[in-house]
Amino acid sequence: MIRVQREDFDVGAELERLAAGNHRIGGVASFIGLVRDMGGSDRVSALTLEHYPGMTEKKLAEIETEAHRRWPLDAVLVIHRYGKLDPGDRIVLVATASPHRESALVACNFLIDWLKTDAPFWKSEETPAGERWVASRAEDEAATRRWSSQP
Amino acid sequence: MTALDRGRPARNAGQRPAVPIKLLYFAWLRARIGCAEEEIDLSPDVRDVAGLLDWLRSRGGGYAEALRDLSVVRVAVNQDYVGREHPLREGDEVAIFPPVTGG
Repeated sequence: MIRVQREDFDVGAELERLAAGNHRIGGVASFIGLVRDMGGSDRVSALTLEHYPGMTEKKLAEIETEAHRRWPLDAVLVIHRYGKLDPGDRIVLVATASPHRESALVACNFLIDWLKTDAPFWKSEETPAGERWVASRAEDEAATRRWSSQP
Repeated sequence: MTALDRGRPARNAGQRPAVPIKLLYFAWLRARIGCAEEEIDLSPDVRDVAGLLDWLRSRGGGYAEALRDLSVVRVAVNQDYVGREHPLREGDEVAIFPPVTGG
């Protein structure tokens, strides 16, 4: 399931709902992305996330389908927020559930790597020097590329 | 004359009819260009993404500044990533944006 929303989410409630009623599930893995208060050497007082409505949901759904194709997953959840956020706020939740832990852990890692380089979101930071757009990181591209050679 | 009219390429009489497309800009590309979306009639001699980017740059001002370094420009047509050789057709939604930074 994919959700793109302005509102915060309740991690405990979301994870509980993901596995509720399905006793085939033996493990739930999750990743939560938070707003840092530092960007490089500058203090960040706020972060604004812009996205491309329509394409965002389309790309996230494609990533979810690909995760299901690669691993035996019982449930996938991606929640990504947009709008203005403060340091410490939650940005993203990726959660996966499967009969055994390995698939859940690996698929969760895959999903966040792909999301970071494929889903059309952009971050802008408020710093003492003014507002600035966050640059993409070569490490993120490399992290996504390594999955193309794996199942 | 509206801001949109000024941006329209001259129609090329006797050639293929102009191709209407929708353009979307995001993040710092939107900020530098100074608008989030616009509709244009593509000149018949602009056939693909590379041609569109060249034509946009030729408009000068914020367009030329935003598109100066095409290595940091990504393009999606109808919400899928495409390469520079991707052909453009009537009614396409073409989004132009920097590398993504979500997650």
